[in-house]
Amino acid sequence: MPIHRRARSLAALLFALLALWPRPSAAETSLLNVSYDPTRRFYAAVNKAFVTRWLAEHGQNVRIYQSHGGSGAQARAVTYGLEADVVTLALASDIDAIAARSDLLPKDWQSRRPHNSAPYVSTIVFVVRKGNPRGIHDWPDLIKPGVQIVTPNPKTSGGARWNYLAAWGYALRHGGGGEDKAKDFVGALYRNAPVLDTGARGSTVTFVRRGIGDVLIAWENEALLAVEETAKGELEVIAPSLSILAEPPVAIVDKVVERRGTRALAEAYLNFLYTPEGQQLAAENYLRPSDPQIFLAYGQRFPKVEMLTIADFGGWPAAQKKHFGDSGIFDQVYRPGS
Amino acid sequence: MADGFALARRPDRGMSAPPRVRLPLSEPALMRGAMLALALAFLGVFLVLPLTVVFAEAFSQGARVYFAALTEPEAIAAIRLTVLTAAICVPLNTAFGLAAAWSITKFEFPGKSLLLTLIDLPFSVSPVVAGLVYVLLFGLQGLFGTWLVEHGIKIIFAVPGIALATLFVTLPFVARELIPLMDSQGTTQEEAALVLGANGRQTFLRVTLPSIKWGLLYGVLLCNGRAIGEFGAVAVVSGHIIGLTNTMPLHIEVLYNDYAFAASFAVASLLTLMALVTLAMKTILEWRVGRAAAIHVH
Amino acid sequence: MNAVSTIARARGTKRHVLPGFGLTLGFTLTYLGFIVLIPLAVLFVQAAGAGGARFVGELTNPRTLSAFRVSFETAFVAACLNAAFGLLIAWVLVRYRFPGRRFVDALIDLPFGLPTAVAGISLTTLYASTGWLGRPLAALDIHVAFTRLGILVALVFVGLPFVVRTVEPVLRDFDRELEEAAALLGANRAHIVARVILPPLVPALLTGFTLAFARAIGEYGSVIFIAGNMPGLTEILPLLIVIKLEQFDYAGATVIAALMLVASFVLLLAINLLQGWMRRRQGG
Repeated sequence: MPIHRRARSLAALLFALLALWPRPSAAETSLLNVSYDPTRRFYAAVNKAFVTRWLAEHGQNVRIYQSHGGSGAQARAVTYGLEADVVTLALASDIDAIAARSDLLPKDWQSRRPHNSAPYVSTIVFVVRKGNPRGIHDWPDLIKPGVQIVTPNPKTSGGARWNYLAAWGYALRHGGGGEDKAKDFVGALYRNAPVLDTGARGSTVTFVRRGIGDVLIAWENEALLAVEETAKGELEVIAPSLSILAEPPVAIVDKVVERRGTRALAEAYLNFLYTPEGQQLAAENYLRPSDPQIFLAYGQRFPKVEMLTIADFGGWPAAQKKHFGDSGIFDQVYRPGS
Repeated sequence: MADGFALARRPDRGMSAPPRVRLPLSEPALMRGAMLALALAFLGVFLVLPLTVVFAEAFSQGARVYFAALTEPEAIAAIRLTVLTAAICVPLNTAFGLAAAWSITKFEFPGKSLLLTLIDLPFSVSPVVAGLVYVLLFGLQGLFGTWLVEHGIKIIFAVPGIALATLFVTLPFVARELIPLMDSQGTTQEEAALVLGANGRQTFLRVTLPSIKWGLLYGVLLCNGRAIGEFGAVAVVSGHIIGLTNTMPLHIEVLYNDYAFAASFAVASLLTLMALVTLAMKTILEWRVGRAAAIHVH
Repeated sequence: MNAVSTIARARGTKRHVLPGFGLTLGFTLTYLGFIVLIPLAVLFVQAAGAGGARFVGELTNPRTLSAFRVSFETAFVAACLNAAFGLLIAWVLVRYRFPGRRFVDALIDLPFGLPTAVAGISLTTLYASTGWLGRPLAALDIHVAFTRLGILVALVFVGLPFVVRTVEPVLRDFDRELEEAAALLGANRAHIVARVILPPLVPALLTGFTLAFARAIGEYGSVIFIAGNMPGLTEILPLLIVIKLEQFDYAGATVIAALMLVASFVLLLAINLLQGWMRRRQGG
């Protein structure tokens, strides 16, 4: 066959391929859930259960798409065009940032759902290697010289900011010197951090896969998942004497659901997280369910930790600005590469 | 000279035959052996071992896990997106390569070497930079960002952005193959066709294309290989929406970071197979061109 | 003037004998402009818009400086290794006969066609302390994965074909008679290799080296899995750009990207000059 005929048939084949490309049909509705880093497993399970339930109740096939990354980075992405129907991020401050920088959702979003829009909560713990060779038991052990800690970048990760605040809270209570001592403490902490990944999962990979660091500061659910995924005994979870109640909130992005006509679906999706089925899925994935009864039922899988709350830091708007804003305390103490 | 040496025979006193000398036309056998061993060891460590690891890890949890990893919906979506990206980028860049090679090799004009350098530019630019430039153009705070949102057009964090970034990095491949080839072929055949009454289109289709078809195919293969394997540029523009804007290389990263190592390598093995097939086709092409060149009279 | 151009002039075409100049050049320039030139121009404009102070600030930032050092140093060493071994491999492939030679020759192009992410995860698995190579090396207290050595390994992998493929054709075309002549004139093998065979290979070797170097500086996918990504130690430039992008520090990202682009352009010019030198040497 002469070459131009061959080219023509190839072109025809390509066009046929493109024409047959599966397009979301008018009947198939979809949601995009933009979430933070460690929730892949959890939302895979939730989405499966929710899609089944929605099909049974409404006879409609839906698809839930997921995007995961550092909470701060994800929030900025949504502000800059990532079309999320719902956001399920690591802290209220990130969703506040979306509300402040765009008109995608109202500023009073947090009061629209129970428990401050947090269907599940978590806390911050340490993960150490087999046998705990460095003898890490509490916060002061982390700033000992020669100890390498792994924690993500507060500029991009939500978990990183909870880590920081837990450390700050401890230093304030036990440092005995007020803010200055606390500043020294977090400075020493980050000096012991050889690398800051973008998200919590990145830090876990760095610690577990790359073998970097002596102790990982992580979300409780991330820590427990890492223990489950590695060989028995290879990792140990250490609960510090003082930690923080980490509330990862969820919200509907009003502008997007209006544009796409998916409000009913999105509302049902977020409500599902509060149902017993949703709460059980949370517990099974090491997230502390907000429903007290279900939490009691799963109580033994969560360590007992004394927790501060964000209110102890003056609420997120104040804390975000003071610690994590431009030229905030984190910027002042963190000197990478030097 | 089978072993590179012409053996000597001591010259007679009688000087009847000219002295034959032992010419050092090759390294001593021991050294040859050592060099060969070193070269093969280097290649073994740097090429063969990584290749083996991909397949070993992919099947480390058995064939069932392997096939499950390739048939789950997110993997299939990733495969589809990768194929779609290649289907967009390869024909477009092939058309570009043909046009660029035609204009550069068949005509004289000033600034030709600058044009050649510019065509080569994506080849030496970091793929991350390639992704970055499109984010700067089409991201919400970029040049056209607000206009795009107002008109509901999604480029960054969507498939068009991925296609554009891949288009950037795969741009030179076909052109780079065709330009030296068509340059060496010159313009005599096309001019002869013109004299004989052919118009431009006929000349191109009947005269030029057949004589460049192997080089063209080679360039298309390389372009395709890069298009399906591109990682850095796509990582920057994609938005990482699992099942929607994850290509196969991105999906490999997602699986790898989610403790699903066997699954990650399973998808990687698929890409590796595609690369090996490309390699095999390329080798076969070279043998054919070698044979054809021996027959062809230029 | 030949018959063809006379006929062409009779047809009314002004400058060119063959048709399609305007069409193809126009398409080429437009395509190139939209896909490559305009986006790159935007990058420079943004980088310039960041302001001189920001520019200098970014340049003198210790983290940026060490990323530059890491990227350029590892790329340089990798390119040197590729030059040395590439020459060896090209020599062996062209001059020696051994079983499987054709297969090995075909395999050389593997790094060229293998997706970078695949290379990344497989190299990491290979050299991690639990890997096939990592374990014995760890016993010798040599740690490859997540150190600069790991970056080096990845860059050697991606640059492997460049030197081999530029040296091979020159070596293949090398006139054996020159060797024989030198031998007849009394040179020993080492002398022949060093003075007769190697010098014509130098342009090709340099071209291959520069190609491998340019590729290594910008490499992302193969490296980020095996590097430790620790600022100041094992953080490469492309990763720094990505981190700044994720922090939405667009000014910082564009500044670094613009600098990398300038470096790429300079290297590209060098490559083209070297290739011109190569052509002249071969032709002359």
